[in-house]
Formats: sequence, C-alpha cells, structure tokens
Amino acid sequence: MPIEATNQEARRRLEMRIGTLLRIGVSTAAAVVMIGGALYLSKHGMDRPAYHTFHGGPSDLRTLPGIFEGALHFREREVIQFGLVLLIATPIARVAFSVFAFLHERDWLYVGISAFVLGLLLYGLTSAV
Amino acid sequence: MSPDSVLALSLYIGGGSLLAGLIGAMTGLGGGVVIVPMLTLGFGIDIRYAIGASLVSVIATSSGAAAAYVREGFTNIRVGMFLEIATSLGAILGAHLTTVVNPAWIGVIFGIVLLHSAYASLSPHGDSRETGDSSGKLAQLLRMDGTYPGPDGPRSYHVRSIPAGFGLMGVAGVLAGLLGIGSGAVKVLAMDRAMKLPFKVSTTTSNFMIGVTAAAGAGVFLGRGYIEPGLAMPVMLGVLAGSLIGARLLTRMPARKLRLLFAGVVAVLAVEMIYNSVTGRI
Repeated sequence: MPIEATNQEARRRLEMRIGTLLRIGVSTAAAVVMIGGALYLSKHGMDRPAYHTFHGGPSDLRTLPGIFEGALHFREREVIQFGLVLLIATPIARVAFSVFAFLHERDWLYVGISAFVLGLLLYGLTSAV
Repeated sequence: MSPDSVLALSLYIGGGSLLAGLIGAMTGLGGGVVIVPMLTLGFGIDIRYAIGASLVSVIATSSGAAAAYVREGFTNIRVGMFLEIATSLGAILGAHLTTVVNPAWIGVIFGIVLLHSAYASLSPHGDSRETGDSSGKLAQLLRMDGTYPGPDGPRSYHVRSIPAGFGLMGVAGVLAGLLGIGSGAVKVLAMDRAMKLPFKVSTTTSNFMIGVTAAAGAGVFLGRGYIEPGLAMPVMLGVLAGSLIGARLLTRMPARKLRLLFAGVVAVLAVEMIYNSVTGRI
C-alpha cells in the first residue's frame, strides 16, 4: 500500500509538471508569433497577399538554422516562424520530459517507449535541417 | 473572398479562425476540421498552405487544453505515450504523402473525413458502459490500467484490444499528417470503441496525443515549405484565442443544439470540399 500511495503521488506530480510545461510553451510561442505578426503587418500590411499558389518559400523559412538566424536579426517573417517552431517544440519537450520522468521512476519499458516517440519526432524535424 | 491587402486578409482570416476555435472548443470537435475548408473554399488559398497553417494551430489548441485536462487526472499518460508511436509514425508518413498525392485527392479525402466527424459528433455516447473486468495480456504487460476521479473516489478501469487500437491510431496519424487536422474523432473511436476506455479518459487522452501527432507532421511540413508564416500567424492566434474563450463559455451553452448546428455546417463543408476537388477547383 505505501508503494501504491507513492506511485499515485508521483503520477500526480508528473501530471502537474506536464501541465505547466505545456502552458509555458504555448504562451511563449503565442507571444513570439504576436510580436512577429505585428512587425510583419506594420511592414507588409499593404502588400498583395500571395497564398493562392504554392511557392514552397525561401530556404531561410524552411530550415531551423535559417529561421534562427533570421529571428536573431528581427526579420519579421522569421520571427513568426521562430514562434511556430517553439510551438512545434512544445509537445517534443513534453515527450523529452517524460523520458526523464520514467527514468526517474526506473520504469524502463516506458523509458524505451517515450525515447522511441522522441526519436520519431526528431526524425520528423530532420527534413527542416 | 479575396481581399487585396495582407492586413485585410489577416483580419478576416484571424476572425474566421477565432470563430472556428470558439465553436470547436464548445462542441468538443476541435477547430481544425473547419480551418482548411475556410481557407481553401472561402479564401482560395492553396491547400498545402492551408493544411500547414491548420496543423500548427492544432498544436496550440490541443496543448492549451491538455495542460488543463492533465491536471484533472483523467488523462492516461501510459496509454497515450504508447499509442503516440502509432500516431507519430502515421503522421510522418501522411505528411510525406502530401508531396505525392494529388491535391484534388487530398480535398476528396478531407471531405470524407469531415462527413465522418459530422456523423461521429451526433452518435450517442455514454459513460454507462462497463469497461471489461479484465485486461488483455498486452495491457497487463504494458501496465496500462488506470483510475479516474469519480463522484465517490477514484474508479479503476481496464484496457482491451490494444492491437486494434494501435492500428486505428496509425490511421488517425496518417490523416492528421495528410490533412493537417488533429483527427480527434478517429482517436476517440480507437480508445472508446476498440480499447473500451471510459469516455472521459478517451477524450482527454486523445487531446493529450494530438499535440505530439501534429508536431510529428509539422516538422515535415516545415521543411517542405507548407508553413507560410504570414498565413499561419492569424490562423494560430485566432484559433488559440477562440478556444480559450470557448472553454470558458462551455458550461453556459446548450451543447446538444450547438453540436447539431456544427455537424450540419461540417457536413455542408464536406460536400463542397468534395465537389470543388472533383471539379478541379482545389
């Protein structure tokens, strides 16, 4: 019984921390997208929109190094894209956090499962390197 | 509609997305399903940009909601984590498929999935069904049994048919990556109907998984140039704001009537989506 109780307690703590992590990730991403959006609209608000045909976009909006570089120089589209990358990174961080949480519980089976999911997510991002 | 300035277009799209997020949160269907039809049919935007913008907004709403749900103690993190193997694999596959599948076909498949979610949102569900009295061998091995808060203390439940659930989750993942949606309806189907989890556990765990599924596909989309920042910005901010407001209003609205209305809208969009794809307008 005491072991059960500690497990329950640990699970509860884990849930709380995951909740906080998700909240911080989404709010930070939204704030960055908002700043980038304000910059973008103030500069290009009067341009003609060109989303009707697919262009694929320049490589500095499609690769992580390009996005980081542009966001550092406060280029508006890259700032928005950086915010969106933070958003994509939020669930990935959640999975990474789970790997460590299961590691802490010595739950090797789930360390393996969550590490595999983390690997899949990072593989998905490799097309943007 | 095609406003001739980026500012006007952003305002219209932001407003439309806010409405989609609002109704999506209030009906529990998620805003994702109406974003793509709105962008393609309403604003004539290329379907690849539309699914890119939709998928990132799905991450925002599901993570926001998951943050709240996970604290309530309904989410089964083990079940979610295990099934995320299937949804992530599926989403990566689906996102790669968008480069080889004709956009018109994507439109048709989207229409069919819309029809299914309209239908699923109307079919009755209840918490009355007893979950099985024992778990399968696999569920025991994976230690998936859990408890959820009931009116008189924690209630325990068992998990069944993991292979069937896993397969359905793979399908949900492919659809998410191919169409830029959360595919919550298919996820709930897998957990509620196949794995016999309590309904509230199914919906909250589904929501918990949507962010990871979408992130798997979004990584691929980012590298392919499907995520256009100028477009994704008003969509993501609008849907997020709408879903936050919707979650607050939730308790005060007659959910049944709202679901009926939303299902009707989704069904009309489905037919239009299929018609426009077949006639080559998407």
